[in-house]
Amino acid sequence: MSAVSAETKPVVGRGFRLQWEPAQEAHVLLYPEGMVKLNSSAAAILSRCDGIRTVADIVTDIESAYGVTGLSPDVAAFVALAQEKGWLEIRG
Amino acid sequence: MSERLAEGSASFHTDEQVPAATAAPGLRAEEPESRVRPGPPLWLLLELTYRCPLHCVFCYNPTDFATTGPELGTDDWIRVLREARALGAVQLGLSGGEPLARDDLETIVAEAHTLGFYINLITSGIGLTEARIAALKQAGLDHIQLSFQDSSRELNDFLSSTRTFELKSKVAALIRKYDYPMVLNVVLHRLNIDHVGEILELAEQMGAQYVELANTQYYGWAWLNRDRLLPSREQLRRAEETLERFRAKVGQKMKIFFVVPDYFETRPKACMNGLGSVFLTVTPDGTALPCHAARMLPGLILPNVRATSVKAVWYDSPGFNHFRGDAWMKEPCRSCPEKTKDFGGCRCQAYLLTGDAANADPVCDLSPHHHLVTEAVATAARTIAAGASKPRVEEQVLVFRDHRLSIPVTVAPAKS
Repeated sequence: MSAVSAETKPVVGRGFRLQWEPAQEAHVLLYPEGMVKLNSSAAAILSRCDGIRTVADIVTDIESAYGVTGLSPDVAAFVALAQEKGWLEIRG
Repeated sequence: MSERLAEGSASFHTDEQVPAATAAPGLRAEEPESRVRPGPPLWLLLELTYRCPLHCVFCYNPTDFATTGPELGTDDWIRVLREARALGAVQLGLSGGEPLARDDLETIVAEAHTLGFYINLITSGIGLTEARIAALKQAGLDHIQLSFQDSSRELNDFLSSTRTFELKSKVAALIRKYDYPMVLNVVLHRLNIDHVGEILELAEQMGAQYVELANTQYYGWAWLNRDRLLPSREQLRRAEETLERFRAKVGQKMKIFFVVPDYFETRPKACMNGLGSVFLTVTPDGTALPCHAARMLPGLILPNVRATSVKAVWYDSPGFNHFRGDAWMKEPCRSCPEKTKDFGGCRCQAYLLTGDAANADPVCDLSPHHHLVTEAVATAARTIAAGASKPRVEEQVLVFRDHRLSIPVTVAPAKS
């Protein structure tokens, strides 16, 4: 798993779509003939991956939204995993 | 048509959960769903038409499709989309036959997109002109799965009984141009499984991100041709070795799904994740099915969306409730600890091989009918050893899918 820089700007991968599904009461990530049902932390991270915000921005944003600190390693680990699975891409 | 869809369990990656370790504090991964009350029909497959310019020998469509009723109209399909989406359906497969044979495909896609479906077009590519791919993109189509029959023009064209290889290559270029992920599907069997290396090389050249190597599942036309399509264990072993070498070479840039040929297994596939749990298929004439081969099952009373709402189809119809839970199971499944994992395997395979859809799938080596599978494999090995496996097979021994033929389902009754 590659190290994730705080300045990386991840974006949801081509062919993937993140959306809220009321019937499942969850965010899901949709891709060709498949679906990943996301837990709320994964959804919180992925929904902020817009190719504009850096990983550092995302950490700050989630920490303030949930009123917690020290999420940096968790977010970096998730971004690395998501990148490996193709859910996230790093462009530019 | 996607054999991965036909196989079911391999196609729907709901098992891919986010590891709890990566969750932020206080947040955890989802619990598995209860099997008592069915969840929503997450996967909706609309077989828009049985019309198809190809005549594939492994097609899963019913061999008597020529006798089915008229196709649903645009308004009916749109009503089905709305009702299914309201229940929670989210993945949409548009298939057939060849879905491009419908000239209202763009209208159907546009409505599905507005409703929030992720839309997969499952196509041979025949009829996909630049004007149509542009219109489909505009309408919101998410993904195109293009099927190839083989890496070589000769075998591709022979197996589909058409001249389509060049055309498919052009369609692949269009798929790239319109910025779709490149998803290729190749159905494997005795006549092309030795070409897995070449098939993967071709896929790499085409920039494929996903490749589905789907060993033939024996339903429909493939069932008629089973004894000419089943590979040998040796062929399968070589193909898997080639696949592993190729995976090591390409790494993450290409995801390769290998749909296992279940005749070589000792445990059955969890077909459709259990009938009536996730999948809902609507056939061209409006008949709703818990799996796309289920029309063949005798005694299963199948609803039609012309007369029944999708909600009533999914939750209330006998056809969808029949194989839910385990009350229908016989031994050895009923008392088997693995019944919650594979649900007894495939009902259609149980029916085709044993004459009773409630029997254990004979792929399972706990089934008293397992010998029917091992005998078919042994026969294939003998035939291949005798030298009859080369791709110069005489056409008369293979039955090509044809709307001019109507062949009733035939069952190989159990000997014991």
